[in-house]
Amino acid sequence: MSGVRVLVGTRKGAFVLTADGKRDQWKVDGPFFSGWEIYHLKGSPADPNRIYASQSSSWFGQQVQRSNDGGKTWEPTGKDFRYDGTPGTHQWYDGTPHPWEFKRVWHFEPGLKDPDHVYAGIEDAAIFESKDGGASWTELPGLRDHRTGPQWSPGAGGMCLHTIVIDPKNPKRLYVAISAAGAFRSDDGGQSWKTITKGLHSKYIPDPTAEVGHCVHRIALHKSRPDVLFMQKHWDVMRSDNAGDQWHEISGNLPTDFGFVIDVHAHEPETVFVVPITSDQEHFPPEGKLRVFRSKSGGNEWEPLTKGLPQKDCYVNVLRDAMAVDGLDDCGVYFGTTGGQVYASANGGDTWAPIVRDLPAVLSVEVQTLP
Amino acid sequence: MIRVELPVGLRVLANLDREVTLEVPPPVTPRAILDALEDRYPVLRGAIRDLITERRRPLVRFYACRQDLSHQPLDTLLPDAVASGEEPFLVIGAIAGG
Repeated sequence: MSGVRVLVGTRKGAFVLTADGKRDQWKVDGPFFSGWEIYHLKGSPADPNRIYASQSSSWFGQQVQRSNDGGKTWEPTGKDFRYDGTPGTHQWYDGTPHPWEFKRVWHFEPGLKDPDHVYAGIEDAAIFESKDGGASWTELPGLRDHRTGPQWSPGAGGMCLHTIVIDPKNPKRLYVAISAAGAFRSDDGGQSWKTITKGLHSKYIPDPTAEVGHCVHRIALHKSRPDVLFMQKHWDVMRSDNAGDQWHEISGNLPTDFGFVIDVHAHEPETVFVVPITSDQEHFPPEGKLRVFRSKSGGNEWEPLTKGLPQKDCYVNVLRDAMAVDGLDDCGVYFGTTGGQVYASANGGDTWAPIVRDLPAVLSVEVQTLP
Repeated sequence: MIRVELPVGLRVLANLDREVTLEVPPPVTPRAILDALEDRYPVLRGAIRDLITERRRPLVRFYACRQDLSHQPLDTLLPDAVASGEEPFLVIGAIAGG
């Protein structure tokens, strides 16, 4: 029977959770890299035993770890993220120019065909690429050098490139999202980029429909229909039917359209999941009820999924990289909370159960479907 | 032999015990110790000193013989007690954060 491996990054280490296809009995391994912030782990679609992990610390900087055995053992690999050329400046919180400075890796996105090929999204926002399994990193400077770059400014969490999506039918097409610059698309493997923000409306920037300045939290797509994108923004759930050229709002009847995560069912391209969160300052679920909302119509009409999730006194957050779906016949959905719980549903969100309850604050959740 | 004590984060990273002993030829300076440490444990390169600027990372401190040496030039000669191994060279993760 096939199984799943859930890769969990937390404030104080990494954890690997495994189960067979029933997904009712779980083995928990970890912590790996205890005490370090693990912003993200992700496995290669070409070789599920190859996993990349971003290990960082305010004290000791950035490390990149690589596993070749599905997370049982790890080896440090390259960590030199040197911007191409003289990086110039972006806009600081006070409106003054501020030099680009590497802080950490937020996200790894392994290539579709080659386990040694991987992209890294970093803070301050830039995209890097490795073709040798992470031993060396080269910036794709066309993004940072975009004509709008000097106008980008950090959100409260830093100016982070946190989302990288590869078009599964055309790997030269890449999408990235940056807080708080917006969303960008490349059609030439990351050499050049265009903003994809038409239709976004953000009341927290002086011109709500400006080309840049939108705080995009997450973008997701379904592999069968990669031109259809779903976005959770700092307010507003959005959809594009033309690869980001135009967006329209699909928040519909959500109790709040703020949130961080968004994902798409593995087998139903019109089934979308979000976790509404109260904003601006609170960042916990409305009414203390942890609810995943599911739309089976591609947005606008949402139903709350509550079975197995706490429906009172729950004040956790679900961060932007902390939701994933597996590819089993009955699609599994997973998310982690800042309270240290990792919840799983083995039936497309109908019912939920915690895999673990008491991890450090969860930063990221990814899942691998194993043969 | 020079004795070097590392904070827990770096011991986790390099899979080390609390104290490391190193052969460091004179003159014994913080730079000489860090160079020897990073040569033996390359994973520590960039974790104590910035990978690009080679400056001490802001939340790392260097102590020895009850002195804070963090703000001294890296080529400052260390006390004889450190050079002889009587006292350790301490790499400290500053007390900050959660």
